[in-house]
Amino acid sequence: MKGLTITITVLLGSAFFGYLFAFIAGLCRLSSNIFLRKFTGFYVEVFRGTSLIVQLFWLYYAIPMLFGIELGSNWWAGVIAIALNYGAYMSEIVRGSILAVAKGQTEAATALNMSRFQRMRLVIFPQAVRMMLPEFGNYLIQMLKATSLVSLIGMTDILYYGDIIRSSNLSQAPTVYILVLFFYFILALPLIFLTRKLEGISKKGVAN
Amino acid sequence: MTEPIVTFNDVHKSFGDVKVLKGIDLDIRPAEKVAIIGPSGSGKTTIIRMLMTLEQPTSGDIIVDGTNLWKMDKKGKQVTANEKHLRAVRGDIGMVFQHFNLFPHMTILENCMTAPIHVKQESKSSAKDRSIEMLKKVGLGDKLDNYPSQLSGGQKQRVAMARALVMRPKVMLFDEVTSALDPELVGEVLEVIRDIAKDGEMAMILVTHEMDFALDVADKVLFLDEGVIAEQGTASEVIEHSKNDRLQSFLHRFRN
Amino acid sequence: MSNWSWEVFAEAFPIVLEGLGITLGLTIACYLFALIFGFFWTFLRRIPFKPINWIVTWVMEFIRSTPPLVQLFFIYYAWPMVPVVGVTLDPFTSAILGLGIHFSTYIGEVYRSGIDGVDKGQWEAAKSLNFSTKQKWTKIILPQAIPPTIPMLGNYLIIMFKEVPLASTIGVAGILHMANSYGAQYWTYLEPLTIVAILFLIMSYPSAILINKLEKKMNRRFDKKEALNSSKGATA
Ligand SMILES: Nc1ncnc2c1ncn2[C@@H]1O[C@H](COP(=O)(O)OP(=O)(O)O)[C@@H](O)[C@H]1O
Ligand SMILES: [Mg+2]
Repeated sequence: MKGLTITITVLLGSAFFGYLFAFIAGLCRLSSNIFLRKFTGFYVEVFRGTSLIVQLFWLYYAIPMLFGIELGSNWWAGVIAIALNYGAYMSEIVRGSILAVAKGQTEAATALNMSRFQRMRLVIFPQAVRMMLPEFGNYLIQMLKATSLVSLIGMTDILYYGDIIRSSNLSQAPTVYILVLFFYFILALPLIFLTRKLEGISKKGVAN
Repeated sequence: MTEPIVTFNDVHKSFGDVKVLKGIDLDIRPAEKVAIIGPSGSGKTTIIRMLMTLEQPTSGDIIVDGTNLWKMDKKGKQVTANEKHLRAVRGDIGMVFQHFNLFPHMTILENCMTAPIHVKQESKSSAKDRSIEMLKKVGLGDKLDNYPSQLSGGQKQRVAMARALVMRPKVMLFDEVTSALDPELVGEVLEVIRDIAKDGEMAMILVTHEMDFALDVADKVLFLDEGVIAEQGTASEVIEHSKNDRLQSFLHRFRN
Repeated sequence: MSNWSWEVFAEAFPIVLEGLGITLGLTIACYLFALIFGFFWTFLRRIPFKPINWIVTWVMEFIRSTPPLVQLFFIYYAWPMVPVVGVTLDPFTSAILGLGIHFSTYIGEVYRSGIDGVDKGQWEAAKSLNFSTKQKWTKIILPQAIPPTIPMLGNYLIIMFKEVPLASTIGVAGILHMANSYGAQYWTYLEPLTIVAILFLIMSYPSAILINKLEKKMNRRFDKKEALNSSKGATA
């Protein structure tokens, strides 16, 4: 199955940029700069408020029309769409975790005479990240599922090849799609176990 | 002597490999008030919970009013009781929990009247009248339409007692009913239990750390230690005149 | 902004809007299906028999961790070819089944979390008052288990609303489908797709705020202190 590499690279790309956007947006929303806060707030609401598939088509079809630029390739269109979408969702987790930890721990850290930056770096951030881990794992599975959408913008992923085989031999359709589903499930399995493990880790070192 | 209402015959209980109760023998007569004292982890709660059918004994028999609680006959063979059998026996027993366990989605009147209506098929008006009467008796006649969240811990615990009492059990179980309460609220709850005890005909088993209260109310006191009844007798025998070293040192911690 | 045309926008708007009824209808249908089917999973998971429990857990995990798009294709393209039980389903019904089943696994977990959230002491109190199994569920457990899940269930309505455009891939003529066919016809995707995005935003953003409010209200109603007290457990 050639499609596997495409699915995996799209997943890795989406995950990398997704987490990156999540941290940037999550921290921006906690910044004291009101412009930054409002702007990222707008980004988050727009991408959470509309469908991924709509965003994907929009990036793929509309962006080139609007600005006359190409995103380079449909790989980038797919990765950016998934990353922007899940980045928006996960930024809420980043923000929520930091707020949750900050609530109880800021006073303790202040009592130790730490600066604002030290508080964040030494006390709050390490705990908040631990709190985020299980949700991040869950979203990784969501992103894997989302990669199936890139076949709709002409990328040759697992589903694309499945569709090709199906259209050349209709009676094979059940076998083909079951196989495709199992491919996704096999990719998901390590992520499922990873998430469970992360849950265990996050239960340990967080004050509640 | 009258027949006992509750009998434990060589009852053992283990959780996994941990032996918690190692052979409990016990007779409780109708109207008898029994206090169980003992260090934390000695198995007091477990005894009560087995009687309430919340926990199944590992071996031994518990007889309630002549019926084996956890076993029943099936084609001449003794088998583990099913839910139907348990329900039939459970009607004789009521329980007040350490953490109240009131139903938070019901008013306190509803907390009291729901079981008589649905479990005992009592008419709504009679269940309501009796519930109000009982709530008045525990001093909460003016709170009928409040929700548990609006009450203090002491008040909640008094509702819990009223709720158990309207079911007219023959045996009432109290598991450290004052230990989740702020110290100033303990008195009002003990007062209500004293009242109930005076009324008479119901047997009561009280797990408690309030020694003066046990002296006052209990006909019999059991000292439970590491899963066995290490000492038993009248309240004054056990609490005031025992020679048992471990009991002495246990009691010492409750004397100032 | 060289290629943006308000004329195209105005022309495409009513056409895209025609699909809104289908999109909303499909959302509601999928949602109801998932709400009902979710009970089925919750029930299956409560069967106290290890092998069944294990199988159900993994079937749910399978459905949940594979793409709904593929599941949709399976039901629409492959199901008719399945020997014996296979039937041809129209796109709308396929979408209800595909998305409905996918999300029922999530809804089932929501129900489960609601039931698990009811304190152990409540089960014990119900037992001590000798309620029957049915009474225990209807009078004590469910009335406490369901209200806290309402915000989560509301969230899933919004999530499903946003997944429903997947059905355009098998030809369900919702707003995305309308926009795409307009785009294909006049070779201008920008405006119709923007309209779709705006429609989604208009509908889901206020609902999200509403649910947020609901959640806050629920939290306040739910008796935090009581829950804390009793969650310390029955044994001490
Ligand atoms: N459900 C349970 N599972 C495992 N161990 C338990 C359970 N319930 C009680 N135990 C153990 O049994 C022992 C006795 O508990 P308990 O009857 O609650 O004691 P007490 O009420 O006297 O403090 C304790 O060591 C406790 O940890
Ligand atoms: Mg105890």
